[in-house]
Order: sequence, then structure tokens, then C-alpha cells
Amino acid sequence: MLTRRHVRQALPFISLAVVLLATFYVQPRAMSYFGLNLMLQYAVPIALATIAQMFIITANDLDLSIGPFVGLVSCIGATFLTQSPLLGVFLLALLLVAYGLIGALVHLRSLPSIVVTLGLSFVWLGIAVLILPSPGGKAPVWLKALMGFSMPVVPLPIIAALVIGVVVHVTLMTSSYGVIARGAGGNDKALVRAGWSMLRTKVMLYMTAGFFGILSGLALLGLTTSGDAHVADRYTLYSIAGVILGGGEFIGGRVSPLGAVVGAITLALAGSFLIFLRISPDWQIGAQGAILIIVLALRALVSYGEARQ
Amino acid sequence: MTVETIVLDGVEKTFGAVRALQGVTLAVGAGECVGLVGHNGAGKSTLMHVLAGTLVPTAGQVLVGGVDVTAHWSPAAARAAGIRCVFQELSLCPNLTVAENVRVSHRALKGWGWKPRARKLIMDKLDGIFPGHGISADDEVADLAIGKRQMAEIARAFTVTDAPLKLVILDEPTSSLDAVTARQLLDFVKAEAVRGTSIILISHLLGEVLSTAGRIVVMKDGMSVVEKSGRDFTRDSLVKAMGSEARHAVRRAGQAASVAGVVLRAGGGSLTARKGEVIGLAGLAGHGQTRQLLSIFARKSAEVEGAMAFIAGDRQTDGIFNLWSIGQNISVRSLAAMRRMGLVDATAETALEEEWKTRMAIRTPDVNNNILTLSGGNQQKALFARALASDAKILLMDDPMRGVDIGTKQEVYAMIAAEAAAGRTFIWYTTEMDELQHCDRAYVFRNTEIVAELSGDALTEENVLQASFAEKAA
Repeated sequence: MLTRRHVRQALPFISLAVVLLATFYVQPRAMSYFGLNLMLQYAVPIALATIAQMFIITANDLDLSIGPFVGLVSCIGATFLTQSPLLGVFLLALLLVAYGLIGALVHLRSLPSIVVTLGLSFVWLGIAVLILPSPGGKAPVWLKALMGFSMPVVPLPIIAALVIGVVVHVTLMTSSYGVIARGAGGNDKALVRAGWSMLRTKVMLYMTAGFFGILSGLALLGLTTSGDAHVADRYTLYSIAGVILGGGEFIGGRVSPLGAVVGAITLALAGSFLIFLRISPDWQIGAQGAILIIVLALRALVSYGEARQ
Repeated sequence: MTVETIVLDGVEKTFGAVRALQGVTLAVGAGECVGLVGHNGAGKSTLMHVLAGTLVPTAGQVLVGGVDVTAHWSPAAARAAGIRCVFQELSLCPNLTVAENVRVSHRALKGWGWKPRARKLIMDKLDGIFPGHGISADDEVADLAIGKRQMAEIARAFTVTDAPLKLVILDEPTSSLDAVTARQLLDFVKAEAVRGTSIILISHLLGEVLSTAGRIVVMKDGMSVVEKSGRDFTRDSLVKAMGSEARHAVRRAGQAASVAGVVLRAGGGSLTARKGEVIGLAGLAGHGQTRQLLSIFARKSAEVEGAMAFIAGDRQTDGIFNLWSIGQNISVRSLAAMRRMGLVDATAETALEEEWKTRMAIRTPDVNNNILTLSGGNQQKALFARALASDAKILLMDDPMRGVDIGTKQEVYAMIAAEAAAGRTFIWYTTEMDELQHCDRAYVFRNTEIVAELSGDALTEENVLQASFAEKAA
């Protein structure tokens, strides 16, 4: 039977289909290998950042620093990683450890993650500007090759998004440790009573988020081919919107990796759609916000009906 | 002599100034079913949290199989020792399925095929305890009705993987179960005890405890006061044992002489209050008293004459504004009355703050200090001042004396008596028996309904306990 729960779970996919069809309607030429590749290539770093955000939201926290963090990774990638790969990898590993420490700090001192990460967003931005005062540098050759690889028949971004979604789905939604991670968001007391360490769980979640943040920065660098501290400033909001669009909720450990990827693609497509409509870039953020509000209102409507039943 | 499965020896636990446990000794043998009863705040739950490793005792020892394990006692250690608990507040993750929740409590469920194993584990146990339960292992817990959640959690406590199963603590396990499933559970508990598992059963349904437990421990004021074989107890002797022997607090008699017309009618006429009356809402904690107060305050299904004020019991959550000064915390309820040309009259506000600081004897050098500079008792006085300084004729009190010292309590009791004499009405939810002595009448709540109205000489601890613990459809 088709219940409202199914409708709610299908909503991200329906939203994507609607935006995709609308885009094809406005610009039929987009309906091609080349067109899809062009429209969706930036969906890959957005999807990775969204997955990063999703791991933080799983723990009932929020990461307001993911955008500048992705920017910082792109700067490190365009400088150190190209010039002395070993140092570059070491610096990226250091960032990963930093994320784990942030998770530990937030948990141990019961700090609001929003405040901590808002502060950190300026730290990341500051370091990025120190490394690359103005856009520049060069992406490693292998990274450019990887992101520019053309797949036969199906465009790379679609394959990449699918792989990301499925891999994260398996680890978070079906593995036995994924259950513990989501349980941390659902009822942390129950977890502690069952003898699990909330500290370890939170550090793991934050480090996984940091890992995907790094992947996002590298993917973005592979596309832009040069580093820029401000390149991903919008990613913070994109990533939060993507998680929520994909059916996730801010609290309660309810997230959906496949939904999050779909949400990220929808947001990326919405950008192209608005360009095809010749809406001036000044209005684009507002128009994207409007799309977001419509989808969320629809979901609220479905949930409201569910609660009344 | 056999070695007891688990022994708590002289366990003490203090929270700040409150002594929740004052040296409790409890020994449970293999295959024994121990009933644990007592009124609100007797220390049952605290004791069980110590046993489960979630609270560290201030003093005393925890012995497992005769070995002192106090130093390394933790939830994980308790699980490894075979102790499982079903607490009153449900410990399932609502966003996970039933099978996934089984995984949370079993470290051994991992690797390939953990989910089919978890499904089988919980379904076998559910079928064994509650035949015809109607729960699927893939149901998300949030979608289950409260009774089914409780069934799933109980069944989970009895599942076994790598850790042994020695002792299960059931804290009010039947509170959300219907009569049939409650029967199924109690039968299972008896059978499980025969198989060698120890059970600690906490319940306010004394019939359940009497019919199931081999031995019954009665707790009162953080101590175990009586401990006898279940056969040596009757309902009445159990209720007597829970109450205190001789309490000769001064009854608030004759005070209600000034009583006039009815000013409040709620719960379809089952609850009424007259001008100048002090009405107690009694019964076990969480049986609908707070909800009743809130519905009166919202004037939902309640006819109320005159303004009302609410005095919260949970100060930190519903009571104080913790960034504000003491004075601001007092005057906030009266700001509307002190308006002059649309603005608050600062002189009147200061006067009000100073007046109530003196009248309530709030111990502070300056009312402009932050509210958090006060002790808990004085913060509560400020909340009383907030309500009393207002134009409210009816004051709703939601167990306001939680964690307040005895001296402050006496001052507030006197204040309540004086204000009632001056014509104010108090509706007072209290979990403390002694406080009912300050009420003219009391309504006893059970399962969100008023089951008894007691007044005058009938308002005794024993009668309140009798009404609180009465069986369903006895």
C-alpha cells in the first residue's frame, strides 16, 4: 500500500524529476550526453559536501564551516599537493584530525556545534587566504584527469553521484556500525546505557564528515583547476539544504544518503534551470531559495497529514 | 551457602544536598524474583541506576558473584556481568527499526548477516513472551504504539548473544501494557526465574508484585525499610509499610473558614476549588497532575474566574530567566500592570522588586544581581514572589518544592497559608506527602484520572497511598 511515509521518502526523487523535466522543457538541447555532463559536473563536489554535512546532522549537530573548509582544501590542493605531494597529504590528514578534535570538543564541553563551526569557518577561510591570497595555483594533473574523465554512454557525474550515494548508504544505513551512528542521533542516552561511547561515536562521525569535506574540495579543484579560498562559500547552505531536501531532519538521527545526493543534484540542476530561464544571477539565490521552500512546504504538508492519521 | 548473583552493600548516593540513597543493602540470588516497591522519591529508580552502572554510588559496594567491582562499575561492565534493564523512560532509538535497536544492545551482532540474526533474535523472544504481538522486526520504533515499544524493549532485554543473562531489572514494565500482555509478561517472568534468571520487578500495581515476586523489598526515604517473603505481605500490610509511622504535622484545620464561592471547575466538574482554598493534587508522579494544571492554565475544559499564575517546579526549564536579574525575574509577570504611557514605570518596578524581596525574605544583598547567584531554594522563592506579586487570584503550583531545603519550605508554607486566608486559591501538585498537610482538600490522580477526593480527617497518607496504588478494575 502507498502510505504517506512512502510519499515522503519519494519526494526527493519526485523533486529531482520535476526540475529535470522542467530543464529539458526549457532547453531541449540539455537532453544529451554533453548537456548533462555540463549541467551536473558541479553536482559532484556539492554532493560530497552534502554527505559531509549529513554525517554531522546524523549526530544532531550542524556544520556551518563546511563551505570555507572545502575552499581551504582546494587551496591546499592547488599549492602544496601539486608542489610537494607528501606535505599536501600530511596537511589534509591534519585537517581530518582537526575535525575529529572538533567532534570531541563539541561533545565533551557540550558546546553548540553551530557556534563552534561558525567560528571555525573564519579560521578555515583565514588559513586559506594565507595560503592563496588571490585565486591561483594549479590542480595536480591526476586530479584534473580524474574529474575530466569521459565515461562512455553515461556522463561521469551521474556515475560518481550514484557510487557516492550507494557507498554511503551501505555504510550508514545497513552496516552494524552505521546503526550505532544513527542511534547516537536518535537517543544518545540509550546508546550510553548500552555501553557505547558517545565520544568515540561523535569523533568518528565528525572525522567521516571531514573526509568527505576533503573529497569535495579535491573534486571541486579538479573541475576549476585552480585554487580559491572563496570558491565554496555557498556550499555551507547548499549542503544543509541538500540534506533537508533529501528527506533528512535536523534532529533525531533521520538522514538518507541517497536522498542527500539527490537533493544536491536537484540544487545544482536548479541553478542551470534558472540560467536557462535567463533569470539574472542577482535573483538566482532567491529563486533557489523559493524552490527549497516549495519542496519543504510539500514535505511539511505530507508529514502533517501523517501526524493527523 | 550459595553465592548471591549480585549484592549492593550499603550503597549511598547524594545529589548535592539531597540524599537519594542512605545506605541500601540489596542481595539478589540466582533465579530469584524480587519485588521493589515504595512511594515517589523512595529511591527505587536511583538504586536501579546504580545497579545498571549508569550512576556511580557515593559510598558502598557493588559485588558480582562475591567479587567487589565498585571501582570499575559502568554500563558496559554491568552488561558484561549479565545485568539488563528496562527503565521507565524508554531506551529505544525511535529512528531505528526494532532489529537495529537489538544491534545497539549487542556488540556481537556485527559483520555479514547481522541483520537477519538480529531479526531472528528479537522475533523469537517476542513470540516467546508476547504471542500474537503484531510487531515486525523492520518496523521503525517511532511508528509503534507506546505499548508495542514497551514490548519490544522488554523482549530485547531478554535476548542473549555473547554476554550472559543473569539479572533483568523491570522498572514499571506494565505501565503501557494492556491486561492481556501484562499477564503474558508476568507469566514469562515467573518461568524465566525458574530457568535461573534473577528478576527485579518495580511496579506500583501491588497485585502484580504480590503475585509475581518471591521476596518483596519496601523502600522509603532512600532506605530499604522492610524485606520479607512475598507470602508474608498483603496489600494492606504493603501499603502500611510504605507509609511513615508517626507524622504529627500541624493540620491546616479551620483555616478554610473564609471559603466563599467556587472559582474553578475542571475535569468535567470532578475538580472544583473555592475562593481561599488550598487544593492538593496527589498520587504517584506523572499520573496526569501536571497536565491537569496546564489545561486549567490554558482554560481548556476548565471554567476559571479570575487571573491565574503558574509556579513551575522545574526551575531551570520552565521557571527562571537565567540571564536576568532577581528583580526582573520577580516583576516579569506584573509588567503589564505597571505600564505608564506604554512604557514600564521603572520606579514602580523597583518598588515591587524591593517589596517582594523583603516579604519573601530572599537572601541577597541586591535584587539586581543575576538570578543564578541565588541558591535553589531562593530561586524558587523568587518564582513564588513573581506569582504572588501579580494580580493572580488562582495560583497553580507544579510540585514547586523539588530540591528546596526545609527552612525555605516552612517559610513558603506560611506564606501560602497567609495568602489563602487573604482570599487567594492554590492548586498544588505535590509529590511529597507532608505537603498535603497544608492543603484543605486533595484529589488523588491515577492514570490521568481523579480516583479519590480526600478532605479533613480523611486526608491521610494511608488513604492517599491506598488510592494511588489501587488496582485497575479490582
